[in-house]
Amino acid sequence: MNQLLTVEDLSVAEIDHLLELARSFDAVLGRSVPKVPALRGKTVVLAFFEDSTRTRASFDLAARRLSADVATFAAGSSSLSKGESLRDTVETITAMGVDAIVVRHPHPGVPLAISRYTTASVINAGDGRHQHPTQALLDAHTLRETLGDIEGRRILMCGDILNSRVARSNIALFSKLGAEVIVCGPNTLLPPHSGSEMFGVSVEVVEDLDAVIPTIDVAYMLRIQQERIADAALPTLREYRSVYGLTVARADRMAPQAVVMHPGPMNRGVEIDPDVADSERALITTQVANGVSVRMAVLYELLGPGQFDDRDSGTYALSAEFDLINPDGSHDETQQHAEQEVVR
Amino acid sequence: MKPTIVLKDGRLIDLAGDRIADVVVDPNSGLITGVGTGLAADEEIDCDGLVISPGFVDLHAHLREPGLEAAETILTGSRAAVRGGFTAVVAMPNTTPTTDSAAVVEQVLAAGRHALCEVSPSAAISVGRKGHQLSPMAELVGAGVRIFTDDGNGVQDDRFMRRALEYARGLPDDDRPIVLAQHCEVEALTEGGVMHEGQWSARLGLGGQPSEAEELMVMRDITLARMTGARVHFQHLSSAGSVAMVRAAKAAGMPVTAEATPHHFSLTDACCAGFDPIFKVHPPLRTEYDVAAVREGLADGTIDAIATDHAPHTPESKERSFDDAPPGMLGLETAFAVALDELDLPLADLLALLTWRPAAIAALTDRHGLALAAGREANLTILDLDHRWVATGEEMASLARNTPFEGRELTGRAKDTFWKGERVLADFEVTR
Repeated sequence: MNQLLTVEDLSVAEIDHLLELARSFDAVLGRSVPKVPALRGKTVVLAFFEDSTRTRASFDLAARRLSADVATFAAGSSSLSKGESLRDTVETITAMGVDAIVVRHPHPGVPLAISRYTTASVINAGDGRHQHPTQALLDAHTLRETLGDIEGRRILMCGDILNSRVARSNIALFSKLGAEVIVCGPNTLLPPHSGSEMFGVSVEVVEDLDAVIPTIDVAYMLRIQQERIADAALPTLREYRSVYGLTVARADRMAPQAVVMHPGPMNRGVEIDPDVADSERALITTQVANGVSVRMAVLYELLGPGQFDDRDSGTYALSAEFDLINPDGSHDETQQHAEQEVVR
Repeated sequence: MKPTIVLKDGRLIDLAGDRIADVVVDPNSGLITGVGTGLAADEEIDCDGLVISPGFVDLHAHLREPGLEAAETILTGSRAAVRGGFTAVVAMPNTTPTTDSAAVVEQVLAAGRHALCEVSPSAAISVGRKGHQLSPMAELVGAGVRIFTDDGNGVQDDRFMRRALEYARGLPDDDRPIVLAQHCEVEALTEGGVMHEGQWSARLGLGGQPSEAEELMVMRDITLARMTGARVHFQHLSSAGSVAMVRAAKAAGMPVTAEATPHHFSLTDACCAGFDPIFKVHPPLRTEYDVAAVREGLADGTIDAIATDHAPHTPESKERSFDDAPPGMLGLETAFAVALDELDLPLADLLALLTWRPAAIAALTDRHGLALAAGREANLTILDLDHRWVATGEEMASLARNTPFEGRELTGRAKDTFWKGERVLADFEVTR
């Protein structure tokens, strides 16, 4: 593995391996000094062609906790997004000598295009409405930790499926891991699909949220955007809440152990009631926390010393390796120095 | 005096039928001076085993001059044309400035005087192709234009389209009929769309353009053609529904014609799976069902012509994201081979779609597309149906390289092309 572009590219063995790695990094993050030198000397560029504070901060922290050097290209303020060809942009970044490029772009397919123009590893941090594979991985990680196995679980993806990269990558990943995926949302915000096939996988499309609520293990609520009203996809946010929102009344009808997820940022009182977002069922902050360890796992897998091979699935001993390199969790100075360089 | 040339023992296929004969071409007069057997001339080209056809006529090419000469010029586009067997190309008016005045038409014609084939300018229906003010159609007709189109965009406003049809129908045309050609796309339904709306756009997260955006405009223009009695030509039909409507309109005796491109009868939206903007084109590549319907339309006469929609774009403009890259693909050099490969048609029918039928729509039948006979202008192409070659943008005559058939092995190619008696393509190579 030397790219992470879409969930479709991942085998189940690779997913299992990444999630196991993430668990060992959770342990690292629980230490007093949550840092290992695993990627010392490696350079990670965060190429963000679209505003993002959360995902960028999460990748930034993940790289630093592995002791990689991090540089940031923030678009909007630069010529990156307009005019210049992607190839020129990428060749410029590559020429600086980088090991990985983490790409966020408003247009689908850009990380794939970038991977054609660079020898560095490319990680998709969200490309338009297409994919957001690390989000799917961190959600799978969160569910495994909370529910144990994902296989056979009934996971509801609810809301604006059409415009959501989270929906595309999570439906693909959950389905790969054996979950039953249920999709619910206004018809104007569902993608073209034939019967139960959506995005090339089999899902259950339901119209009545209330009917399905008691049967699910996970309610995954997607962010709804104000623009959908101008686009005539929705009449009002109030109506959206009443038909598709996870209200307190609906949450009360969920099974006792069922959980609630949201990729953030939330519109409290629209797709999710504030009291539901803050309830015991809600895994929302756990998702954010797991984002760092999952992204560490991805970076380590792509840039670290050992390339994972499908054939040895399950055989790895990274926790031991970290302890060997850094037995007491100590932190040396040269390392700290190396982290200072940030290009803006 | 330039030497006369006899094309020996070729298989002639044209409106006069399918027969083995010799053809004598006189480059001095630019005419065919003899068709028959046992003919002689100063020089000879052995055409045994080869097909001789009237030169092809492309109703739809973007030659980019004036305005985007980094992607194509009239000269380079004409080289691509003759390599594809074409002797006449209708140049689209979405140039910069727009071809919406006699002055720009004159500029295109002037550049065409150095070209290797006839370049027949079309002109915009509306000034600047903006859909608000009629272009000076009578002046443009006076400058030689017979095809009007806002190609690149469809005429959105119903009332404006009605007026354009009414006005055009009343103009004197000197017995060369005027036709309004429509790029059928209701923009309210395609806004934000960059590929066909369907399973693939859903999966890729790319904005979709539904087939209905094309079909609604086809339906409207059939209705307006009936209302006004004006001729309407439908450009690059891509959807099954459009083909069905044109078929029904023709059955009802309406004065409509239609064209289809090689990419719309050979490629589908699945090509976009790798996000390669080479496959971005308007109208978009659709489904296998649509491809089959377009082929059927070509087979049963619903669709009158194969047109290329040759649309060169510089490599750098295609190195953007799928959303940002401009739509369009090269077509002149691959059209014949792709048609031969993909369409299960008798050869004479296939050649009709490339010769006399488009020539009639473009009102060029005084010199293109008609049967090869003594006294006619020598516009013809010699086809080697067995020639195997690999399409590569790098080797094409166009300045741009955006062929969707890159790397594809094709069979059949124009070996020689004569325009006004001049051998502009000789053994697969352009002569100037």
